[in-house]
Amino acid sequence: MSTVAQKRGLGATLWEYLTTIDHKKIAHLYLIGGGLFFILGGLEAVIIRIQLIKPENDFISAGLYNEMITMHGTTMIFLAAMPIILGIMNAVLPLQIGARDVAFPFLNSLGFWLFMFGGILLNTSWFLGGAPDGGWTSYASFALTSPTHGIDFYVMGLQLAGAGTLMGGINFLATVVNMRAPGMTYMRMPLFTWASFITSVLILFAFPAFTVALFLLMFDRMFGTAFFDVALGGNTVIWQHLFWIFGHPEVYILILPIFGLFSDIFSTFSRKRLFGYTAMVFATMLIAFLGFMVWAHHMFTVGLGPVANSIFAIGTMAIAVPTGIKIFNWLATMWGGSVKINSAMLWALGFIPSFTIGGMTGVMLGSAVADFQYHDTYFVVAHFHYVIVGGTVFGIFAGLHYWWPKMFGRILHEGLGKLTFWTFFIGFHLTFFIQHFLGLMGMPRRYWVFLKGQELDVGNFISTIGAFFMSFAVIVFLINIIITARSEKAPADPWDGRTLEWAISSPPPFYNFEQLPLTRGLDPLWIEKSEGNGKMIPAEPLDDIHMPNNSILPFLMSLGFFIAGFGFIFQTDNKLWYIVLYAGMAFAFVCMFIRSFKDDTGYFVKKEDLEREGE
Amino acid sequence: MKGWMGKLKVFFLLSIVTFFLAGCGKDNLTALVPKGFGAQESMKLIILTTVVMTLVFIVVLILFIVVLLRYRRKKGQEDYIPKQVEGNKTLETVWTVIPIILVLIMAIPTVISTFVLADDSKSKDHLNIEVKGNQYWWHFKYRDEEDPTGKDKNYSIQTSQDLYIPTGEKVYLHMKSNDVIHSFWVPSISGKMDVNPENENTMYIEAYEEGVYWGKCAELCGPSHSLMDFKVIAVSPDEYDKWAKDMQDFDPKQKPEEKVAQEGKELFESKSCIACHAIGNEGSDTGPNLTDFGNRTKYAGVLDPEKDNLVKWITDPESVKPGNEMTGKYPEVSDEEAGKIAEYLMQLKPSDVSPKSASKN
Repeated sequence: MSTVAQKRGLGATLWEYLTTIDHKKIAHLYLIGGGLFFILGGLEAVIIRIQLIKPENDFISAGLYNEMITMHGTTMIFLAAMPIILGIMNAVLPLQIGARDVAFPFLNSLGFWLFMFGGILLNTSWFLGGAPDGGWTSYASFALTSPTHGIDFYVMGLQLAGAGTLMGGINFLATVVNMRAPGMTYMRMPLFTWASFITSVLILFAFPAFTVALFLLMFDRMFGTAFFDVALGGNTVIWQHLFWIFGHPEVYILILPIFGLFSDIFSTFSRKRLFGYTAMVFATMLIAFLGFMVWAHHMFTVGLGPVANSIFAIGTMAIAVPTGIKIFNWLATMWGGSVKINSAMLWALGFIPSFTIGGMTGVMLGSAVADFQYHDTYFVVAHFHYVIVGGTVFGIFAGLHYWWPKMFGRILHEGLGKLTFWTFFIGFHLTFFIQHFLGLMGMPRRYWVFLKGQELDVGNFISTIGAFFMSFAVIVFLINIIITARSEKAPADPWDGRTLEWAISSPPPFYNFEQLPLTRGLDPLWIEKSEGNGKMIPAEPLDDIHMPNNSILPFLMSLGFFIAGFGFIFQTDNKLWYIVLYAGMAFAFVCMFIRSFKDDTGYFVKKEDLEREGE
Repeated sequence: MKGWMGKLKVFFLLSIVTFFLAGCGKDNLTALVPKGFGAQESMKLIILTTVVMTLVFIVVLILFIVVLLRYRRKKGQEDYIPKQVEGNKTLETVWTVIPIILVLIMAIPTVISTFVLADDSKSKDHLNIEVKGNQYWWHFKYRDEEDPTGKDKNYSIQTSQDLYIPTGEKVYLHMKSNDVIHSFWVPSISGKMDVNPENENTMYIEAYEEGVYWGKCAELCGPSHSLMDFKVIAVSPDEYDKWAKDMQDFDPKQKPEEKVAQEGKELFESKSCIACHAIGNEGSDTGPNLTDFGNRTKYAGVLDPEKDNLVKWITDPESVKPGNEMTGKYPEVSDEEAGKIAEYLMQLKPSDVSPKSASKN
């Protein structure tokens, strides 16, 4: 438990990570897990694009193609983008508010392991009869008829991963409410923390709708109910409502933290206070609020009638207003600043035009009658990749380059970083810009083949070439990670930062802050620097620090649910699988019992040890 | 780094060039060249919203470029500390109010148009057709003129895959699915509407010009989702009346002239094709209705209308449309037998009005 660097065996490191409840190490786990799934989802995307490189291609079969698109979407959203974002939140949020950890470190670890086992469960479907093939939306009528266990894996995998995410959200809410350091009032929190806080509210209210939808689908498929089975009086539109009541806030779960992250980056690299801080906070809240009111714009063609369509159309367009406020505030932040362009800032700058295009097409899609043409075509595919890649993925890259020194103690290589950005940026626009036109030219999404002689060949070819550029960029980034691991150690504050995370060493000690810092305004570190102090003023005398103990229970609990998942899925084939179901559940419950009844009061880092290290 | 601007310019030039290279897409398939009422309504809004949003984009882009040119940290400015501006009430009000106005400009026409396209109160005075979505084909039942609401279930014509409509007239489609959710889309004539299993959705289409229009399924419905094509064949009202009459007068019992086709007809019955496929107005609609098969624009929705293709489809449907419902539902058919059935089907031409009539003029 010493911060002194020492060589440890692989086994000990592995055990440390399996049992860790330190938010910084859980962040590493999220980044590794999410990163692996990102690569997997990327490979699936490349396979999709190779299939569509020419008309009537037979690179993969129709059934396998549907599995690819389903797993690409599901993986990228639930298993790559969200976990990586949660990873960045874990790494940064407690530091930004001057906390020693999140409010519930044990829960934090449980959230990660549930996500990881959920993701693994979902992906084992590839080897156990076939992956889900109903699209990431898994619309009920088709999802019920799918003959393989694929959809069952979708249900169980996402249920587990979703429970993990829900825990993450609750944890961050409690952390922000309770763990802010002295002086860190709500209106002094950095925008990334604000955005993560609001995102956690979205997670709290959106995920339960999905949990319900998954349970209904699970009972329809595994236990003979008929919520969605029309022949027995069910209704498939209910799935669509439940899915999108979750699904639309979900896209804001993916983008809001990124908005916050960019706000911090623009401000730091312009050496300027964020322009219109209050407006930015309230714009974020407004986007989140409106985000719950617009789900049916995914359902304009379902036949809900003109009244519903009009209301949801207006609501959708209204979101453009707070989003516009944000874009202009970012530009105004840089206006008059001293803008330094490095690889983190390049991603942030690339984000502005890319995301604005995504926002533009978003408003265009909101016009219900225009959407009758756009809906379920490549126009929509282009739109959501412009917001999710041009927004979320650009943001993730920006955040990784920005906080890499804080998370891993090394600065990513600049040259390789720029190469990654440029190839990805060009590849991204090559792939997706042309798809707007493909959609309007008559190419619906989720098409295994397009026919010869429909003048869709050139566009699809260009799109596929773009995908290769993006793959190249990701490979360069991976090389960058390996090279960076051998570079020299980063200083505590490499970017002339403004917020609390830059006031402590890179990477921080396991207890983060020796003494909790006193915050005297927005951009607390900047205030101290500009007043010549150079470092934070402590808000408390040096004293013993109370820390929680590591625990293997979160891992074991998740393992129990993971095993039970197979029991649920296969009991429809053979009743013997009930043994696995009950065994897995029993194992998880025993772990929960131990957690509840065995006291674990943690330990103290002694004042004397802290003093000795401080010297 | 000077390359920034240069690269940006190259990129925009490149995207404009690709756009012109790609053109507007294939005639009668692309939504960019509307040829019907619904498509035109959508196009108006597409243009309006594109123009408004492009203006916003240009403003953002100009500010963005100015920022990059003027406020980049230059050599010798490493220690420069800019003024820490908190905000600006006037500016912030401007970029809140202007977007609200822009949203209103786009929202009002959207709402009006939404109500116009959803208005089916006049359906009784027009042609009413029931559309049935099936994994992976479309069925069309023309309601009797006396029975526009369809409550008596009197259908004057039944057909599959090729939907004949008169030009310049609203045609009301009452759509429902027999299995999973599909979505009915004829991009050049009208936007899409979902075909749900639990309720009937109504939309109307109106084609301005004669033509054979491509139709697509737009909701993921299974492995052959991308092969669930159909056609809308818009002919002049006179030709349409003739076609309707011919279809109604057609006698399915009528013997084909050629001997091979006669044998094909017998095989069609003995190999239990007829159990699912109706010829004429009566009979099963488990499989596509084949009354006007000889005039089809495509076989199985995607194959060119040639005998070899039809034989392939009959002997091995799985290789054409994976996951289709025909595979395995009938006894084995040899190539020779399939050829005879094909001859029989290909001579089924109840009317002189065919897709060719729509392509002329």
